[in-house]
Amino acid sequence: MNNIGLEHYLILSAILFSIGLYGALAKRNAIVILMSIEIMLNAVNIAMVAFSRYIVPEQLTGQVFTIFVLVVAAAEAAVGLAIVMAIYRNRETIESTDIDLLKG
Amino acid sequence: MPYQLIWLIFLLPVFSFLIISFLVRPFVKPESKVAGYLTIAAIIGSLVLSLRTLTAVLAASNHEIAVPNISWVVIGDLNISLGLMVDSLTAVMLVVVSTVSLMVQIYSQGYMKGDPGYHRYYAWMSLFTASMLGLVLADNLLQVFAFWELVGLCSYLLIGFWFHRPSAANAAKKAFIVTRLGDFGFLAAILLLFKHTGTFDIAQLHSLAVAGTLAGTTLTWSAIGIFSGAAGKSAQFPLHVWLPDAMEGPTPVSALIHAATMVAAGVFLVARTFPLFEHSAQALTTVAFIGAFTAIFAASMGLVMTDIKRVVAYSTISQLGYMMLGLATGGVAIGIFHLFNHAFFKALLFLGAGSVNHATGTFDMRLMGGLRKIMPWTSTTFLIAALSLAGIWPLSGFWSKDEILAAAYDKQPVLFYLAMITVAMTAFYIFRVFFLTFGGEYRGGSPEAHGHPHESPTVMVAPMVVLAVLAIFSGFWNVSGAFGAFMGHAETQGFVQGLFGIFIHSPLPLIALMVAILGIFLAYATYSAKWLSAEQIGRIFRPLYTLFYRKYWFDELYENIIVKIALLKGIFAGLQQIDTYGVDGIVNGLASTAIGGGRAIRRSQTGQLQLYGLFIGIGILAIILVIYVFG
Repeated sequence: MNNIGLEHYLILSAILFSIGLYGALAKRNAIVILMSIEIMLNAVNIAMVAFSRYIVPEQLTGQVFTIFVLVVAAAEAAVGLAIVMAIYRNRETIESTDIDLLKG
Repeated sequence: MPYQLIWLIFLLPVFSFLIISFLVRPFVKPESKVAGYLTIAAIIGSLVLSLRTLTAVLAASNHEIAVPNISWVVIGDLNISLGLMVDSLTAVMLVVVSTVSLMVQIYSQGYMKGDPGYHRYYAWMSLFTASMLGLVLADNLLQVFAFWELVGLCSYLLIGFWFHRPSAANAAKKAFIVTRLGDFGFLAAILLLFKHTGTFDIAQLHSLAVAGTLAGTTLTWSAIGIFSGAAGKSAQFPLHVWLPDAMEGPTPVSALIHAATMVAAGVFLVARTFPLFEHSAQALTTVAFIGAFTAIFAASMGLVMTDIKRVVAYSTISQLGYMMLGLATGGVAIGIFHLFNHAFFKALLFLGAGSVNHATGTFDMRLMGGLRKIMPWTSTTFLIAALSLAGIWPLSGFWSKDEILAAAYDKQPVLFYLAMITVAMTAFYIFRVFFLTFGGEYRGGSPEAHGHPHESPTVMVAPMVVLAVLAIFSGFWNVSGAFGAFMGHAETQGFVQGLFGIFIHSPLPLIALMVAILGIFLAYATYSAKWLSAEQIGRIFRPLYTLFYRKYWFDELYENIIVKIALLKGIFAGLQQIDTYGVDGIVNGLASTAIGGGRAIRRSQTGQLQLYGLFIGIGILAIILVIYVFG
């Protein structure tokens, strides 16, 4: 149990990212898609902090970057939810398959 | 004489054209006669300068005046210049054009009085005179071609002068299009000559043809091309159909353009490029045979027409045929001498016809008659012109026609017999006109005409008298052979010796004279003394009469068969198929391919955002894989 290294963090990050990617591509509910994107962002955060901790421990680049990502993710969640609300008001649905105005 | 004055010959009418178009027509009342006076003043200037040029050329040792060129277009090594070629041919043509033009302009002051298009008429007449003078002065083929087209344009504008009449508008189009057919050959010949010699300069082409550098098929084809242009302008068979219709224009226009000058431009062109013809036997033979055939062919139609102007028009075609025959068998001097004489008496015949029309309101000879007593001046001058045309000694027509007959006799008997028959026909048809119009009793004129016929005003009679004097005396220039010597044929004799001696050396002139008198006598017997009934003759020769009267069905052949069937239903329809299915097919095909492709690719745009994401993901994976495998 003592030798938890960089790979373990990266594997966790990859698993989370894949789960998030699956959710973002496969789920039909817009809220769930947004949540999946948040998971993907957090997977990236874990990877960055892990890299920072294990490769350049004397610098805080990864941690600082993670803070930025969190801020952007918060903003993204706010804007995303607002868009979902707006779509729901207009079309009374948030099923992603029904939102196909760009269909050729 | 300073060479700038020679430029002025051509520029004076250009100035009067510009002043009339831009100052007189917009700002001066239509009733004002200022446009006519301006034109007349400009042409008097041209005539005086032309006469000075003629005396200068006569005095010059080799009958030529050198004029410096002006550079016009320079493209690489090619230098196209604007220049004047002033030799004996030019000098004679200048005098003919400016004299006849002056007489016609003066006459028009009476004839066109009160016409709403008066200013327009004089503007175009000025432009025409300028172009014609420019044409005879030009020293290279390109310049000739430019003026050639300009006179064609003026002819179009003036034939269609009364364009509100559909017949006039159609006649104008017909004249323009038919002559354009010939011009195609002319342009092709110019380009062919340029390709082989690299020059447009007429003098240089002459020397190349004389030296034999320019020879063989190139020479023959370019000569024939030039002749096709000349045949279009001079209404030679088979492009003769436009000239009779051109009579829709005002009569003074017919006198100037369609009798004396523009139609003679074809003859002039052949004379101008004569060394090219001289060195190609085939070209000369073509010209001679087409000329002789046109002469008899047109004369036969002139026999039966009832419209006075049309008879004179066919006569013009026939005489132009004579000129071509004269050129081809006897050389420049003989052809141009007939052109010179013909210009005066034929213009006079047209002015006479116009004067008769002025009095009776019609051109139909069946409605005329008895005008000799009412119009003594017109009838006398017309008689002089008719005698001259018929070739009666010692009027001008006799001298030039005799030379042509003699030249044809030396060259080719067939041509001579054709020409001789034409002499009889010419004498007959022109005296038929004379007796029908001026002899007998007045038959009422046009139904719409009001009042009695009357002699035309002095302003119309005076030019006719001047032309009548010229029609009598112009032939005397060559009685002693002086004209021929001027043109480069050196054989002169005493004047009196020539005047009477002509009947001694050879029986030909006497025979020709007898034949002409026989023609006149037949006309007298039929239309004046009525010993022979015209109707009865017409009945006996019914098929021949119909053939002549319907003009050998050439109009129908051209319009119904060639244009409507061969061109419209054949070539044009074929081209239309190519256009519809070939050209349009390519364009439409390209467009529908693009549309079809778009329709197919459209399917991939589902509007499903997640699907797009999936593709992006697959794409990234693919890129990574590629880098991993090949990188």
